[in-house]
Amino acid sequence: MTLQTIGRPTRPEGDTANTGFKSLTGARGLLQDEPLIFELGGWSKTGVDIPAAEHDASDLAGLTRESIPLPGLSEPEAMRHYVRLSQKNHAIDLAIYPLGSCTMKHNPRLNEKAARLAGFAELHPLAPISTTQGALALMDRLAHWLKTLTGMPAVALTPKAGAHGELCGLLCIKAAHEAAGQANRRTVLVPTSAHGTNPATAAFVGYSVQEIAQTDDGRVDLADLTAKLGPHVAAIMITNPNTCGLFERDVIEIGRLTHGAGAYFYCDGANFNAIVGRVRPGDLGVDAMHINLHKTFSTPHGGGGPGAGPVVLSAALAPFAPAPWVVSGPDGLRLVEEAKDEAARAFGRMSAFQGQMGMFVRAYAYMRSHGADGLRQVAEDAVLNANYIKARMTGIMTPAFPDGPCMHEALFDDTWLEGTGVTTLDFAKAMIDEGFHPMTMYFPLVVHGAMLIEPTETESKRELDRFCDALSALAAAARLGDAERFKGAPYLAPLRRLDETLAARKPKLTWRPEPIGVAPAPLAAE
Amino acid sequence: MRYLPLTADDRAEMLGVIGAPDIDALFADVPAAARKAELFDLPLHAGELEVERELAALAARNRPAGAGPFFCGAGAYRHHVPASVDHLIQRSEFLTSYTPYQPEIAQGTLQILFEFQTQVAALTGLEVANCSMYDGSTGCAEAVMMAQRVTRREKAILSGGLHPHYAATTQTIAHAEGMTIVRQAAAIDAEAAVIAAIDGETACVVVQTPNVFGVVTDVTRIAEAAHAAGALMIVVTTEAISYGLLKSPGEMGADIAVGEGQSIGNGLNYGGPYVGLFACREKLLRQMPGRLCGETQDADGRRGYVLTLSTREQHIRREKATSNICTNSGLCALAFTIHMTLLGGTGLRELALLNHSRARELKAAVEGAGLEVLTPRFFNEIAVKVPGSAAALVEALLADSVVAGVPYSRLDPRAGLDDVLLLAATETTTSDDIAALGAALTRRLGQ
Repeated sequence: MTLQTIGRPTRPEGDTANTGFKSLTGARGLLQDEPLIFELGGWSKTGVDIPAAEHDASDLAGLTRESIPLPGLSEPEAMRHYVRLSQKNHAIDLAIYPLGSCTMKHNPRLNEKAARLAGFAELHPLAPISTTQGALALMDRLAHWLKTLTGMPAVALTPKAGAHGELCGLLCIKAAHEAAGQANRRTVLVPTSAHGTNPATAAFVGYSVQEIAQTDDGRVDLADLTAKLGPHVAAIMITNPNTCGLFERDVIEIGRLTHGAGAYFYCDGANFNAIVGRVRPGDLGVDAMHINLHKTFSTPHGGGGPGAGPVVLSAALAPFAPAPWVVSGPDGLRLVEEAKDEAARAFGRMSAFQGQMGMFVRAYAYMRSHGADGLRQVAEDAVLNANYIKARMTGIMTPAFPDGPCMHEALFDDTWLEGTGVTTLDFAKAMIDEGFHPMTMYFPLVVHGAMLIEPTETESKRELDRFCDALSALAAAARLGDAERFKGAPYLAPLRRLDETLAARKPKLTWRPEPIGVAPAPLAAE
Repeated sequence: MRYLPLTADDRAEMLGVIGAPDIDALFADVPAAARKAELFDLPLHAGELEVERELAALAARNRPAGAGPFFCGAGAYRHHVPASVDHLIQRSEFLTSYTPYQPEIAQGTLQILFEFQTQVAALTGLEVANCSMYDGSTGCAEAVMMAQRVTRREKAILSGGLHPHYAATTQTIAHAEGMTIVRQAAAIDAEAAVIAAIDGETACVVVQTPNVFGVVTDVTRIAEAAHAAGALMIVVTTEAISYGLLKSPGEMGADIAVGEGQSIGNGLNYGGPYVGLFACREKLLRQMPGRLCGETQDADGRRGYVLTLSTREQHIRREKATSNICTNSGLCALAFTIHMTLLGGTGLRELALLNHSRARELKAAVEGAGLEVLTPRFFNEIAVKVPGSAAALVEALLADSVVAGVPYSRLDPRAGLDDVLLLAATETTTSDDIAALGAALTRRLGQ
């Protein structure tokens, strides 16, 4: 999910007098004020013992560099540096991580263990095919699960993230139109509530983007869609459940209208976790949909990636899928790696090699652990948890769409903060002081001061209650006029509110000897 | 189900709070025709032991690189990764955190990204680097499209020494955006042909060093020719350890450097996830794709880090963004940074020298078996001409438990180079491995 900087302050405004106690070293209790590696010395140090080379590089005379200006650390120093830094992060293993549209669920450690088996972790992507049969079998099984769960006949496994999957899906659509003599279709229709990646991907492929209006109840406006469909439209891109956390009730009609106009239906599958095991996108008229393995199937988010974004495809689009893919033959499984023969219509290649194999292993372990019954329960519990938060917070906060159930995430607007002097951003930052990661803020764009809460199925009722209790207490504080609690927040985090405007105005993206901030002097120097 | 905390009682109580009669009521917006009442035709849930057993059985059907003499490279390299790296990246605070959108509680990730950017900039000899791309190949495609934005020209020239998968990826993605991709014929010393192709419509030239045949090239003259024509110079490196020994892209005049960072900190993983390195000259900063981390201060004036210049990115600019990318390869970038921090410039230099030394030993063994080495100047990988089909030779040597490298034809079957075999040696390659290869080659070729 995304960070919105539109409609909210990007500079701290709070009164800094309120911070109270200051330590002499800059540390906050056990939280160290950790310097950069470049400030820790070690310009000639290394933490790796490397045997001396027997041959020199005299054969490369004139082609070698003088020096590599980077410091090193011994292992104990490196451990300490990175462990100290780790302690400044929030993590799903610490508490609920309610970022709407991001699906921060528990990451089973079995998956990590499986991905580290030597047969997977130390397998070269170009090793002889006869020595990689287990890996190909795993890809084949994963593909079978993804196809069965979505009700789609084909899947391209190689895309490396959700947005890469969108690109793959649109390239399939483009190739299909070109093959049908319909290359003049150059427009993609995208709802105003879409993820930013949708219009960005469409533009990347050379399409122009037109927005579809939204109804008052948070769904695609069918009349507007009908008016905008035509012989110039290549595809629509719809997220379902959508970014307001709502199921598109008219999705089958949307598909029918789209196909009637000769266009394809691309579904952004970011929210597939809400319906997995209960609803098959193939039954909704979808032609292509990416699946974020890091959302629905629990591969770790790792502080921003790597993701994985396999794309399921309808029969009409399947022939255009990119190489490579797995097929079975007389000698076992093999990879089709080139766009020729059986892959003659493939639109090309999304990346080097076979995709995010490490993520395939983790996602498959997750699917096998849950099974058909458990995955259905995943969707049910995810939806139940979101509706529980919505029910508990209604009357305290204002749901953007109060009527009817939500799916896996509950969306609130900022109407309830009117008159308090507290903004969505302030409220979010105050949550940090209470020990919670904020929800997604200011997204989707269609709702004013949006707060999008996605608990996922791996939160217990106790944690949900703890979370709702904290939100309720903060809401009460806002209503009572305790604006300072919010304006200066966070007070208790490793750092207080950061100046994003300063960062963007004078970008400092690499270390140089003179820091712009006021780094606290070490105790010994005082 | 071990990953689901709700009990049946919890569910009943929560439905009561919601005011819904049953769970189906919460799915009321799904059209009746699309609601599946029955379970899907897939196995039911399984215990940890059961799942582990199935996965271990699958893994056992693969031959890991460490199982014997192994010489595959061609864009992915077997290296030793210190144990502390994997330990650290499995810490909950790194593994299970999200993109650092709330910087006050993500300074760990952000400071490391800042360190990563600085390391990548230093290795590539350029001024700025981003938080990483999916991998080297997609980074290459992004670099070409960035050159289009900078120069407002449509033509990209890809050297015949560029990894064929990189060329195919770039062709697929950049062509879709409307660019003309000129892919030069594969040749051992392909770089010589690049200068002649540069003209006034060229947005960029893409040259890989060491190239896919292992050839190390000083691209300074190519960069000068590109700049004289108003084009950008993009230098691709698929073996990041080579940054430790060879002239950096920046030193040779590159405007953009793209690298595959897998070799530092990351395993082979059958092709992914990897980590794309992306650096450029500071004046091109605002056309860069991907996330950037920048230094700033908090309300108390303390130094801190945030994601910055996001007005280039899809979530703000939507269809006008510099790229549609919405992630970086976070955890792989973390592994890269920790390994690089352990190495330091000193250790990386030693490691690079060791790789080169092993490759010299490999070259001698291959020549000793009577084969011609085609690569005139190499880092840790060589191209060898074999009698007949390289693919057949690799298959034959499997019987001797030797994985003898990558036949070039696997990467590019239409190049007519079926008799070219690519072999890499790293610090993990032992003298015994090399001796086993030499003996097996001698035996097979003598038959």
